[in-house]
Amino acid sequence: MDSIMNPFSSGTRLRDMIRAIRACKTAAEERGVIRKECAAIRTDINENGANYRHRNLAKLMFIHMLGYPTHFGQMECLKLIASAGFPEKRIGYLGLMLLLDERQEVLMLVTNSLKQDLNHSNKYIVGLAVCALGNICSAEMARDLSPEVERLLQGRDLNIKKKAALCSIRIIQKVPDMAENFMSPAASLLNEKKHHGVLIAGVQLCTELCKASVEALEYLRKNCTEVLVRILKDVSNSPYAPDYDIAGITDPFLHIRALRLMRTLGQGDADSSDLMNDILAQVATKTESNKNAGNAILYECVETIMGIEATSGLRVLAINILGKFLSNRDNNIRYVALNMLMKAVSVDVQAVQRHRATILECVKDSDASIRKRALELVFLLVNDTNVKPLTKELIEYLEDSDQEFKGDLTTKICSIVEKFSFDKFWYIDQMLKVLIKAGNFVKDEIWHTLIVVISNALDLHGYTVRSLYKALQSSCEQESLVRVAIWCIGEYGELLINNIGVLDIEEPITVTESDAVDVVEISLKRNSSDITTRSMSLISLLKLSSRFPPCSERIRELIIQQNSSLVLELQQRSLEFNAIIQKHQDIKSSLVEKMPVLDELAYHNKKSTSTPANLSSGKTSQVTFGASVKLPNGVAKSPAAPTADLLDLSSDGIMQPMSSGGDFVHDVLDIGFAPSPSSSGSGIMPYSGVDALLDLLSIGATPVQNDLLASNSISTNQNNLSSIPQLERSSSVSSSSAPTGAALSVELLGGLTTNSSIPEEYAPYPSIVAYQSDTLIVTFSFSKQPGDPQKTCIKATYTNVSPNVYTDFLFQAAVPKFFQLKLDPASSNILPSSGNGPITQSMVVTNSQQGQRALAMRLRISYKVDNQDKMEQGQVNNFPDGLL
Amino acid sequence: MIHFVLLISRQGKVRLTKWYSPYSQKERSKVIRELSGVILSRGPKLCNFIEWRGYKVVYKRYASLYFCMCIDADDNELEVLEIIHHFVEILDRYFGSVCELDLIFNFHKAYYILDEILIAGELQESSKKTVTRLIAAQDSLVETAKEQASSISNMIAQATK
Repeated sequence: MDSIMNPFSSGTRLRDMIRAIRACKTAAEERGVIRKECAAIRTDINENGANYRHRNLAKLMFIHMLGYPTHFGQMECLKLIASAGFPEKRIGYLGLMLLLDERQEVLMLVTNSLKQDLNHSNKYIVGLAVCALGNICSAEMARDLSPEVERLLQGRDLNIKKKAALCSIRIIQKVPDMAENFMSPAASLLNEKKHHGVLIAGVQLCTELCKASVEALEYLRKNCTEVLVRILKDVSNSPYAPDYDIAGITDPFLHIRALRLMRTLGQGDADSSDLMNDILAQVATKTESNKNAGNAILYECVETIMGIEATSGLRVLAINILGKFLSNRDNNIRYVALNMLMKAVSVDVQAVQRHRATILECVKDSDASIRKRALELVFLLVNDTNVKPLTKELIEYLEDSDQEFKGDLTTKICSIVEKFSFDKFWYIDQMLKVLIKAGNFVKDEIWHTLIVVISNALDLHGYTVRSLYKALQSSCEQESLVRVAIWCIGEYGELLINNIGVLDIEEPITVTESDAVDVVEISLKRNSSDITTRSMSLISLLKLSSRFPPCSERIRELIIQQNSSLVLELQQRSLEFNAIIQKHQDIKSSLVEKMPVLDELAYHNKKSTSTPANLSSGKTSQVTFGASVKLPNGVAKSPAAPTADLLDLSSDGIMQPMSSGGDFVHDVLDIGFAPSPSSSGSGIMPYSGVDALLDLLSIGATPVQNDLLASNSISTNQNNLSSIPQLERSSSVSSSSAPTGAALSVELLGGLTTNSSIPEEYAPYPSIVAYQSDTLIVTFSFSKQPGDPQKTCIKATYTNVSPNVYTDFLFQAAVPKFFQLKLDPASSNILPSSGNGPITQSMVVTNSQQGQRALAMRLRISYKVDNQDKMEQGQVNNFPDGLL
Repeated sequence: MIHFVLLISRQGKVRLTKWYSPYSQKERSKVIRELSGVILSRGPKLCNFIEWRGYKVVYKRYASLYFCMCIDADDNELEVLEIIHHFVEILDRYFGSVCELDLIFNFHKAYYILDEILIAGELQESSKKTVTRLIAAQDSLVETAKEQASSISNMIAQATK
């Protein structure tokens, strides 16, 4: 009949449209039906016909729910809301809440209609308006209509009151300043004892007020705590009430909301907490825990007990409830228990520790949400005494766990092992197990750390390399295991063959030289190996060719095979390494010497600066094993640094890190070279840095800091020149560009240091300790003359901390060529003992390339003790940034 | 606070959505897609909570429908399960053993009921009887209006029957 009256309007009824949509077999068909309907509705809207407005909006809501655009119907909502009848308003408000959200400007147009409806004589129309306001109001509307809501809050109709209370929550969320207006009406809502709807809404409003304003919190704490305790007591002791009963409990919703408000009021307030203790104890002991509703109350109650200043007895009760939860068979209950225990850890670790075994079982649960929670909780519970059994359990479980959980689990195990690694043997052992079981899930930084630790565990090198070799036989598909193993075999290959440093617990194995080469060959040729692993294999082979001379020829062939590799990196390495083996036998052995011990402290410092969120960052001191003490500044460095730089260009060919600035080289030096304990003498150690570099580049250390380490070696590189040109000839990149190694190295270093500092003229510079030995301390303080930024005055102070007097004290300093140094006479040449009467001396340093090159200085100090000549030497590399 | 309520059928069709926090149209469909993927693929024995974007989604399956509510991370998950059940029971009372088809053809009724249970993402009424009574009163108001009104408003009312 409709369609006869108006052939252009949407003739179908809502029900028919839904049927038609449901009958569609394909998405395209559905789109067709909807397009037709929408077109008809648009026509209606354009004709502004009121006849079908109601029905059209209902249809639009359905279409909207299916995910189609319906913005053209927004104005229809407003029209319906503005009409007089209840049915129109009802559907209009529903459409408003469904089709619009608070960010649409159309919404502002409804403010006036809302205001009228909030004052309407029909309570149901008022109800519709309050509900709509509560669900979608924006901050502006909240401000405009808040007086109406306040009035309704104090009105007589209880159903409107509860709606107005919830609407006030939204208003306060949007405009927190208005919280104070609602304080006293909210408090009086709690007196409506009979109507749970009003009570629930009132309690929620109070909770929101406490969040929004401290003043409201104080007010409600003072005026409502007792009322609230009364409410909870009444509902908890109430006889059977059919209207509110759920599983034998009267109104669990009111219970829970009252408990939540108690938590807010009692937090950090002993007096109000006192008032609550009794009723909390009652709820905690008397609530039935066989149904979800009861458990929900218990859960909230435990949280409140943990949140307020409860008595210790009550807290024990609470933790015991959680213990019971944990053994519940319902996954939901166990989930919330784990959640709650996480919070309880900060309150009472011991109590939570009692449930450790159960929690550990939850890590193995089939439910991902539970596993995740449990694992986090276990992580919090690990301490010195339980770390070993816990780690053992977790590692054992690693094998059976789901693929998608392995990543999380591995990360957590690794950080536990790292955090509690007081015993290197244990650490290495556990890490090996993890690598064997889940090597593919181990992150790069974790196995980098492992290598640093292995390198420091001097007495465990043999054991480690043999264990890795054995592990490789069985689990060669675990990428990071392969990498660590390859690295260790390259470094400690001879320990593998000769069974050196066998521990009691080890089963002896026989490995021949060619067995070891076999393993590396396999990992080099394995299809699944990536570039990193293959590059590491190549380096390892190069090292082995020097360690196992009989295999040298075979290794060379293996290396040559890669010179046709499609990967540029591998091809280049192959060519270069081949050249080293063929043409430079004389330097090869020193070139591929064993790496110096890596500096753990420096590595961890760097790691923690690069990843501030890293779990171990706070624990750096635990992770370092004492072997690495930060070197005093004046200790002479091995001059290998510039050589390392050269090789970076010549033999390795990784150009990106270089072009990204000097950081990378700093980095390499930082881990690989500077900390080497053997470099603390002043002797020349030409190749240790080279070695470090080759390896570090290949494991891809992350570039971070800008310390000026590289610059320190400028003045020392001359000592080392003789060996450089030779190397340089073997280079594929740089030989033609630099006449001598020295020039090149200076150039490179110069480039590095320019990045790192922008000079700030006349800024005050901190004093530094330039040199320190057991007996002598040299400090420098700096000043600059205004207008002459190139010139820096340094005042040196020498303090003798030994018990002997030094005579004929002489201080000498040397600087690179582009500096000028003027040394004034010292204040004395006799240095009294035990820090008395230090000598001062001033000098002026002029930097002809200020801002481009940083200063490095070598020191020589000679003196006589009891007429015996003494000499100390050192190098200063910690001049303040931007000074020179 | 409940941020949104979703009803999804086992086939992934949306049967009801109610947003108490602002989500743009685009975000809404993204959320629905994302969550229905996760929820529909979860096994039957697993817990009813999902940690999602810093919130928690509590869901429960009734016959062919999944009722989902998104809450803050520190809200009481077990209580939300009760709220879902509360809603379902009221639907059941209103429709008389409710089924998915009731919610499809009378989706607006389901919204009216939800509006009597939740406002601003907070619980409004814990008595099923009160909710049923309020809905019945408003329905009869519509009926009366329909009877009284002219043939035009009669037609409008029919559309939403």
